[in-house]
Amino acid sequence: MDSEVKVRIMIAKPGLDGHDRGAKIIARGLRDAGYEVIYTGLHQTPEQIVNAAIQEDVDAIGLSSLAGAHKHLFLQILKLLEKNVAGDIIVFGGGIIPDEDIPELMGIGIRAIFRPGTKIEDAVNWVKTNVKPRVTPQVDRL
Amino acid sequence: MFKENEIIEIKRDREKWGEKLEKSLAKAPEIKERFSTVSDMEIGRLYTPEDIQGFDVQRDLGFPGEYPFTRGVQPSMYRGRHWTMRMFSGFGSAEDTNKRYHYLLSQGQTGLSVAFHMPTLMGYDSDSPLARGEVGKCGVAIDTLKDMEILFHGIPLDKVTTSMTINPPAAILLAMYIAVAEKQGVNKKQIGGTIQNDMLKEFIAQKTFMCPPKPSVRIIVDTIEYCTKEVPLWNTISISGYHIREAGSTAVQELAFTLADGIGYVQAAIERGLDVDSFAPRLSFFFNAHIDFFEEIAKYRAARRIWARVMKERFKAKNPRSWLLRFHTQTAGCSLTAQQPYNNVVRTAFEALAAVLGGTQSLHTNSLDEVLALPSEESATIALRTQQIIAEETGVTNTIDPLGGSYFVESLTNRMEEDAMEYINKIDEMGGIIEAIERGYPQNEIAKAAYHYQQQIDGEEKTMVGVNKYVMEDTISIETLKISPDLEKIQIARTREVKENRDNGKVNACLDKIRSACEGNGNVMPPILDAVKEYATLQEICDVFREVFGVYRDPGMF
Repeated sequence: MDSEVKVRIMIAKPGLDGHDRGAKIIARGLRDAGYEVIYTGLHQTPEQIVNAAIQEDVDAIGLSSLAGAHKHLFLQILKLLEKNVAGDIIVFGGGIIPDEDIPELMGIGIRAIFRPGTKIEDAVNWVKTNVKPRVTPQVDRL
Repeated sequence: MFKENEIIEIKRDREKWGEKLEKSLAKAPEIKERFSTVSDMEIGRLYTPEDIQGFDVQRDLGFPGEYPFTRGVQPSMYRGRHWTMRMFSGFGSAEDTNKRYHYLLSQGQTGLSVAFHMPTLMGYDSDSPLARGEVGKCGVAIDTLKDMEILFHGIPLDKVTTSMTINPPAAILLAMYIAVAEKQGVNKKQIGGTIQNDMLKEFIAQKTFMCPPKPSVRIIVDTIEYCTKEVPLWNTISISGYHIREAGSTAVQELAFTLADGIGYVQAAIERGLDVDSFAPRLSFFFNAHIDFFEEIAKYRAARRIWARVMKERFKAKNPRSWLLRFHTQTAGCSLTAQQPYNNVVRTAFEALAAVLGGTQSLHTNSLDEVLALPSEESATIALRTQQIIAEETGVTNTIDPLGGSYFVESLTNRMEEDAMEYINKIDEMGGIIEAIERGYPQNEIAKAAYHYQQQIDGEEKTMVGVNKYVMEDTISIETLKISPDLEKIQIARTREVKENRDNGKVNACLDKIRSACEGNGNVMPPILDAVKEYATLQEICDVFREVFGVYRDPGMF
């Protein structure tokens, strides 16, 4: 596999929540670290996010939520990824996520949760360690 | 303020002092090379009369209640009446929130402030597919007049004033409020309160938008025009810097973009043919109280002075009430930390004190748990008590503008004014704030500032206690407010029941009238008022707006 293949990351804002400060900072931080970053903009439905992720052929999706709807929305997105045979896209999240929700989110397949106080560098390092280009056979990438 | 020969003497003395200081610094250097505010504005070692050489007390300071209002908008300020203690509150169902309002009023709160849930803020009913997972989560669910009747049950709307943080559907919530008041036997001419109704800052920062900027401003001008005649005690708009700051702007950007938005609304209302003095006295403002104490105080003082000058000189307003910048303040949510959350009580107290020393008219103090969830009753009580301690124990309300005349504060106030005017002039050159927003100018300036600040935190140039310094491994767990998962079903059932029991023929006729008003030049407020009284839902009315005006999409810049 070509080590020069750039990892593509989508930063997404599901739901009606408009808090985009954190999402934009992470998007910028990842771009500055050399990743190809796609930012969905606000107010995306789970369907829109999953469709865009598949079309853009991303390796990971970072979901940002600060208005309390994370449990419902994150689960919908994971289900839709599975349904679209894209369950190997790594999904991580961040925002205002109460402590007690974290085990449940990790249980359904969210790989990491970045909460307020996270350093840009820590999020970038996590991505470096945990996200590699997907090994989808090229024939499937039409 | 000082005679030229006095300044020369002060300069000479300062130079002598400087020589002594150099020797002492050689032995013990200062702890940092550069001292700056949370907005990264550099601050000098010492301020003296030299720093305010051109300062003219009569021109730049004046007296409280007198132009240019640097010292405050009322002649007696807090000696006459404390600020309104107005805690932003709303969660779950209308019943849950109504209970919280009764509790807060019983604890000495003096005004209400409604937090709506995301679907209401965005113009969707609870039964919309887009509302799944969001109902009652970050505010109260309001779909129809029925919910609003429950929300204000037992609260006399001729005695309590209410602020509603609502933007794209502001006209609809105002109409519902008027309808509830009328059911209580209170005429709309008697009700007092505020709708946020500030769409420009939504495009810039808060991002609850529905239609594109131009039609959004048109609906706002409709509400201004309507209230000027029909709801004369209502604050038609709360021109908000709060969200601009929360999105990561500097203090100067918050000040400049907020006032530029204000200029945009005044311009639009004048273009509608309204007399500036008929509507300007009902414009109000809303600022953030961030953690940098003096920067914030200077910001509020500069805001009053700039607005007075803009209204008098640029818009030729003659009524002194048109010159007043009256403002609400909320302490900075973004300054709070999830780590060691009890420290948030301390941060909020300092921020609230800055707002008071800056002359705020009303204040919300954040609760210690707001970085984790909506506030619990206990934490909201501590936040309210923080204000009561400032008002009644600290003694800071004994005199008006106690920091007026401080070399530092006056110099910083001047600098805030100069730097903000530079932005405002740049926006004017672009053709006004709507043009600037369409180009993404304020959005980009804020994103840059937010990223810069985050880098300073990550690089430990700026301190956040508990986050990048004095870190503790054990996290303190605090009890937070939970929203029942059943609420969504209950709320959807209620809204469906309302729809089944109303006269749909009448509702549709009302919606048609709203559509014609939107398509033509008619004011949208009277048909909206008729529609909500027939229990048209919030989304049904917003769908008309979306059909006629189109939908604005986030350009997704970062």
